Amino acid sequence: MHVVNISRQSASRQLRQATTEPAAVRWLLVAVALAFVGVFLVLPLVAVAAQALKAGLGAFGAAILDPDTLAAVRLTLLTAAIAVPLNVVFGVAAAWAIARFEFTGRSLLITLIDLPFAVSPVIAGLIYVLLFGMQGWLGPWLADHDVAIIFAVPGIVLATIFVTFPFVARELIPLMRAQGPEEEQASVVLGASGWQTFRYVTLPNVKWGLLYGVIILNARAMGEFGAVSVVSGHIRGLTNTIPLHVEILYNEYQTTAAFAVASILTLLGLVTLVAKTIADRKRAQSLVPLAALAEDPAHSAPPHLDLAGHALQARSAGAALGTPAQEAWA
Amino acid sequence: MARSRAKNVLPGFGLTLGFTLLYLSLIVLIPLAALLLKSTSLTWGQFWGVVSNPRVLAAYRLSFGAALGAALVNALFGLLLAWVLVRYSFPGRRLIDALVDLPFALPTAVAGITLTALFAKTGWLGAPLHALGIDVAYTPLGVMIALTFIGLPFVVRTVQPVLEDLAAEREEAAAMLGASRWQTLRGIVLPELAPALVTGFALAFARATGEYGSIVFISGNMPMKTEIAPLVIITKLEQYDYAGATAVAVVMLAISFTLLLVINLLQGWSGRRHGEA
Repeated sequence: MHVVNISRQSASRQLRQATTEPAAVRWLLVAVALAFVGVFLVLPLVAVAAQALKAGLGAFGAAILDPDTLAAVRLTLLTAAIAVPLNVVFGVAAAWAIARFEFTGRSLLITLIDLPFAVSPVIAGLIYVLLFGMQGWLGPWLADHDVAIIFAVPGIVLATIFVTFPFVARELIPLMRAQGPEEEQASVVLGASGWQTFRYVTLPNVKWGLLYGVIILNARAMGEFGAVSVVSGHIRGLTNTIPLHVEILYNEYQTTAAFAVASILTLLGLVTLVAKTIADRKRAQSLVPLAALAEDPAHSAPPHLDLAGHALQARSAGAALGTPAQEAWA
Repeated sequence: MARSRAKNVLPGFGLTLGFTLLYLSLIVLIPLAALLLKSTSLTWGQFWGVVSNPRVLAAYRLSFGAALGAALVNALFGLLLAWVLVRYSFPGRRLIDALVDLPFALPTAVAGITLTALFAKTGWLGAPLHALGIDVAYTPLGVMIALTFIGLPFVVRTVQPVLEDLAAEREEAAAMLGASRWQTLRGIVLPELAPALVTGFALAFARATGEYGSIVFISGNMPMKTEIAPLVIITKLEQYDYAGATAVAVVMLAISFTLLLVINLLQGWSGRRHGEA
């Protein structure tokens, strides 16, 4: 017995040694990874704060409260307030059609929804200039009717909608697929209207995934630079968003002011990271309904067979269907 | 069959699909078609004249070359970072895990001015590098640094879940059969990670090719040297050379769409590999 015990221990130690790296290698790898993260992620954050506060809190406050800065903040908020809800409505509608119904061309539709991710932001701006600019197809007609799109707020909103177009749909389609249509079908069969089914069955199921999509959509909408830069015309106080205002200040060598305004966007980025991390954790839970039920003391009774079967079905469906992108070419 | 009939119980198909198609056409398809239509206003000779101009070619080379370099750096360090985050425990691991997404959340203009300040000759990192004879800001190397920042999350986020799901049994079996740790990593672990690694690399590359916001600040925008393709488009637009801007854009779009197709195929491969495991 004694001998067996010893050899078992030494075997398990050997196995542990053989399935991980020596301590020195582990520490070296961690050190290199930390150095990379330090240079590329931590140092930039510290640099923004240091540069913004270089000339003291007074100068920082003055840069933030400058009327042109406040106008830029207002325009950025307005742009996000239009672009985010529109893309959310689109994302939900697209996810309902694509994740809940079979139809020919569905894979193609998913690929087309992904297109804006493959287009350079500058080209996203360019396409609207070609359509609505003075030399564009609709430009002269718009000018006759006193409608300004390019070098005006509508162009900025359009360009922002384009670059943030796929976020919510991309988030919801795989999630709704993985969850399966059974609960919604039950709701409809029991007499609920389509809207009631969506409001009381679908929405609670996808709310964390939806929130996750909205968070990254909003961050991109407020921070977009390239596309907006092409269509904005950079008119101070009128068509400058926060990122464009940062550029103007920076190019005028008002470095401290540029970094002060940039620190607003950095703060937005950090808030986004925290919110995203929380939503991501909740979303992961919403993908495993049975596990969530088991943890909930209100449902501590043993799960019904159909519930178990349903959960199993939903998960295996998700595993089999995979991501929309891969399905498009399967 | 039974499945698709069961699905028809749900209402709202016509409404949601109709709205999806309408919105997609208005925002994406019609404007993109306008771009392609505009490019046909050039004869083939004119088109070729624009895109084979030495300054434009230099810009394409820089955009795609620096994107490739940055994606390679990200493939290497992204793999390392994913490995360290999944396999080892060390103080601050969860914080770093969350921080990896910073390039997605931080506006590109902020990244651009910040990296420029860091890597300029007087910057925290630029000054010691300058003493070593390496200049980063206002050189192609600076463009690559900015693109490395932009593409950093892609490889980590594609490799990480595969690594988390990797069953320990095969590594143990290899070890029991006498393989050294290095042999196990090369023969067992790396092949499992390869599809995700290549997908992450392709995503980082695709994202970097079109990038504008972070680069205009750090590159210095010198024609033939540090001018990227999106900047050429903007320069041509500012000179009201719409046709020229369109020609440069069409070539970029063609390459980007090809990349999108490749990525979709890669993800299919990755998904199948992952499904088998």
